[in-house]
Amino acid sequence: MTQSQGQGNLQQQKMQQELQQEYKQLVKNVKPRPPVLKNTILAFLVGGAICLIGQLILWFLKKEGLGDKEAAAATAAIMIFLGALLTGLGIYDVIGKYGGAGSMVPITGFANSIVAPAMEFKREGFVFGVGARLFTVAGPVLVYGFLVSTVVGLIYYLIR
Amino acid sequence: MQFLLAFVIGGIICAIGQLFIDLTRSSVTPAHVLVGYVTAGAILSALGLYQPLVNIAGAGATIPLSGFGHSLAQGAIKAVQTRGLLGAFAGGAEATAAGIVAAVVFGYAAAVLFNPRS
Repeated sequence: MTQSQGQGNLQQQKMQQELQQEYKQLVKNVKPRPPVLKNTILAFLVGGAICLIGQLILWFLKKEGLGDKEAAAATAAIMIFLGALLTGLGIYDVIGKYGGAGSMVPITGFANSIVAPAMEFKREGFVFGVGARLFTVAGPVLVYGFLVSTVVGLIYYLIR
Repeated sequence: MQFLLAFVIGGIICAIGQLFIDLTRSSVTPAHVLVGYVTAGAILSALGLYQPLVNIAGAGATIPLSGFGHSLAQGAIKAVQTRGLLGAFAGGAEATAAGIVAAVVFGYAAAVLFNPRS
């Protein structure tokens, strides 16, 4: 009696597992797949264009007599300024819609990730709204950036 | 030629990020991508693999966030050379201070001056 019940349960479990697998397969077939090729080409074009603008600024600053290091730092600051401004004007969102990672990965995207949440949560005040939300994405980036660079420095100290 | 290389290399670096987003779990957010780029840039830089890319592509390698990781790592290494152990802690932040503060100042100004659309 109990044995046959146990077998029944086992069969039920087996059937459920099969059903679940079928369901998973169904979801996999129905779920829209991202148009990978189109997205990648758009990311390449938008990201490349942003880097090209950076290169133009860098070239101009060097032509004006800035040293390599100063020119690179000033270029980064100008690109951050442009990213912040375009985010405020609502233009960077449009670029991001097409560019995907092409608008995210350049330093202008870093500026966008700083401005967007701070602007969005302004109503929560200047300390917990703007002040804290500026670092929603920038915070983790700085944390891991500082962690890795310190580890790199320590390893270099030990092996040099 | 430098402009073409900046465009192509910068574009490829960004396209890799897009492939990463599209081909992995949907839980990958922009924050994950940016953290990944800074970390990868710093590690490649420490292995001596990022500087050649900067020499070839200029802004094409420094404007993507992996370039930020490169600046952090090189800052730490150079500071260790001149100041020893303390440099490991100070070097990265010192080398990137202008960019970080510019991001905070310009980001703050834009967030206060503008309001979100929609």
